[in-house]
Amino acid sequence: MSNQTKENISGSEALIRSLLAEGVDTMFGYPGGAIMPVFDALYDYKNDIRHILVRHEQGAVHAAQGYARVSRKTGVALVTSGPGATNAITGITDAMMDSTPLVVISGQVVSGLLGTDAFQEADVIGITQPITKWAYQVRRAEEIPWAVSRAFYIARSGRPGPVVLDITKDAQINKFDYSYSKTTFLRSYLPFPEPEMENIRAAAELINQAERPFALVGQGVILGNAEQELLAFLEKGGIPFGSTILGLSAIPTDHPLNTGMLGMHGNIAPNMNTNACDVLIAIGMRFDDRVTGNLKTYARQAKIIHFDIDLAEMDKNVKTTVKVLGDAKATLPLVTELIGKRDHSAWLETFNQYRKREFDCVIKAELYPENGGELKMGEVINKVSEATGHKAICVTDVGQHQMMATRYFKSTLPRSMVTSGGLGTMGFGLPAGIGAKYGAPDRTVCIFVGDGGFQMSIQELGTILEYQVDVKIILLNNNYLGMVRQWQELFFDERYSETHLKNPDFVKVAEAYGIRGRKVTDRSELDGAIREMLEHRGPYLLEAVVETKGMVYPMVPAGGSVTDILIGNGNKI
Amino acid sequence: MEGKTLYTVTIFSENTVGVLNQITTIFTRRQLNIETLSVSPSALAGIHKFTITVFAESDEVMKKLVRQIDKRIDVLKAYFNVDDELIHQELALYKLATDKVLEHGSIEYLIRKYNIRVLEVTNDCVVFLKAGHYAETQGLFDELAEKIGVLQFIRSGRIAITKSRVERLSDMLAEREEKRKQALTNN
Repeated sequence: MSNQTKENISGSEALIRSLLAEGVDTMFGYPGGAIMPVFDALYDYKNDIRHILVRHEQGAVHAAQGYARVSRKTGVALVTSGPGATNAITGITDAMMDSTPLVVISGQVVSGLLGTDAFQEADVIGITQPITKWAYQVRRAEEIPWAVSRAFYIARSGRPGPVVLDITKDAQINKFDYSYSKTTFLRSYLPFPEPEMENIRAAAELINQAERPFALVGQGVILGNAEQELLAFLEKGGIPFGSTILGLSAIPTDHPLNTGMLGMHGNIAPNMNTNACDVLIAIGMRFDDRVTGNLKTYARQAKIIHFDIDLAEMDKNVKTTVKVLGDAKATLPLVTELIGKRDHSAWLETFNQYRKREFDCVIKAELYPENGGELKMGEVINKVSEATGHKAICVTDVGQHQMMATRYFKSTLPRSMVTSGGLGTMGFGLPAGIGAKYGAPDRTVCIFVGDGGFQMSIQELGTILEYQVDVKIILLNNNYLGMVRQWQELFFDERYSETHLKNPDFVKVAEAYGIRGRKVTDRSELDGAIREMLEHRGPYLLEAVVETKGMVYPMVPAGGSVTDILIGNGNKI
Repeated sequence: MEGKTLYTVTIFSENTVGVLNQITTIFTRRQLNIETLSVSPSALAGIHKFTITVFAESDEVMKKLVRQIDKRIDVLKAYFNVDDELIHQELALYKLATDKVLEHGSIEYLIRKYNIRVLEVTNDCVVFLKAGHYAETQGLFDELAEKIGVLQFIRSGRIAITKSRVERLSDMLAEREEKRKQALTNN
């Protein structure tokens, strides 16, 4: 493993060589004073490592996130000290909340100036410790290979997460004898807990006794590359399941056991039946409040089994009967072996009943509206999904369009949904979509954005221009901060405080960046415009002007019970 | 602290820069106020030990706290105990004015009652040391304050040792070292 030959090189060159040793071929960044030696070293390694110059450091981190989420690799972002690093904070926090493996490298002032409020100095370690899996300041060139190797090991093992390496400028410049060895062990960190057979057996026993088992699928399955193991488990047990927003695309949307999305704007069937099942099996999910609603009325009737790799998630929000600690790829097959083949068709039929009701009272009007009215978000998303054969990667920003996209964009392939789940970061979509295209260059990447979030990172159109990144941007424009408007309508007496946006001509903005665009307001043009977008080689902006007063239903109001579901016009299920 | 229990959290960590910050932010996020804090090198070279006391509502709260601390990369082991499970001690120093002490007359009674050690006597001041539980060091403070007057007072954070078991950190580390060797041979 270790490279015994030593060469006297600069810290910057050592950093690039270390990244190459970790298999990095793409990174996203933005130069500045305190990181210049690294960019200088990069100049000599242009053919080995591709650097994508974004237009804002937040974009660099979101792009690295999008890249990591679709490619199974660790995303890398490179930024300068002070404002460069603080601009990266939102993305780092987002990656922490959504367990995305990232290594963010920031420059830092020379070590002699640390703590003196030097130009572009910020206490990056102090700021990032609470929002990273690990944050480390490198003050000597000799530490660089060691720190990089630890950073990658920590970022991608166990429950993944972001790591920050803050490297002083003198450490980048000074020379030392370089050699590299990969980290495979830290005595203070056990990323993959060994499965405990006692709990595996207890879980299998509960599942075998269950008459109405129901599984909750989270991103842990995707992060653990355990999609096949999950499918085998669910199919053998005949267990219907619902997905968290980040668990979407682990299993194709149309699989007969897939009952849809959980949570606030999830489907009616999985939410209602959470409170009707007798055994609830949570796999790689963390019982977020947007999934559970009021914990006092959440699945009280059920025995709960929790599969997770992170002990700190066990019993954090929901008290569980059996805890199966470990990597889902290792634990699921052990349980699958012990469970009997079952067919819970009568139980599954109750989901289908709810599905029909949801279609009649919500979905039909959203996806297949009668002619004449304004465009609806859902119908645009559904048509794009169909036009891509449900094979595209769907990247979203945050808000109404996000909920619509996660509800209506279907997937047939894994790692097809990239969205900011935990942090709910507006401005995520555009740069994450750029990163996703680099992570999966052979797939179509559809970025759904709202008019609010689009303008939070609109400068990344410059990145698309520079590299001609072939992303399809679908702007669902209602000239409002739609989700806030929705809450104002429902819970704030229709007092629309600061949610209307006076917007620019987005197609002209795109045109200024050399990006082909088209604005659609009429239903009759929609199919043609979508076809044009997908057939166009290169980036494309499709602006769909949608109804201003559109609402996302069903909706479990914040703090409400999962069975307390609004379906519009003042009606409840 | 009405309705709350005093818990003692023990944490072993690598001696890296910034571990304390990582630990305290977890207390802050969970809205737990640190009562006392004591940090020192442990019996094992390169490993630091933190002893932190905190009032909390229940074992459940503490379990979540300790798991989140344990999750930090540089933390080797974290656990919590209640007082019954511990032998614990605090140190307190008391500075008194020499003339006031002499004025008070015989100090022997107090020295015997509280098992005080006299560390220093000068023309200006007398310094006492008392080791004990919080109630004991506080009892002495109250009595000295009332009868003589205390110029300066300082109390250390708690240090504690569990009653029920020996510190098994060295066993845990040996086990993990074994795993490391396995990992190496597997690669």
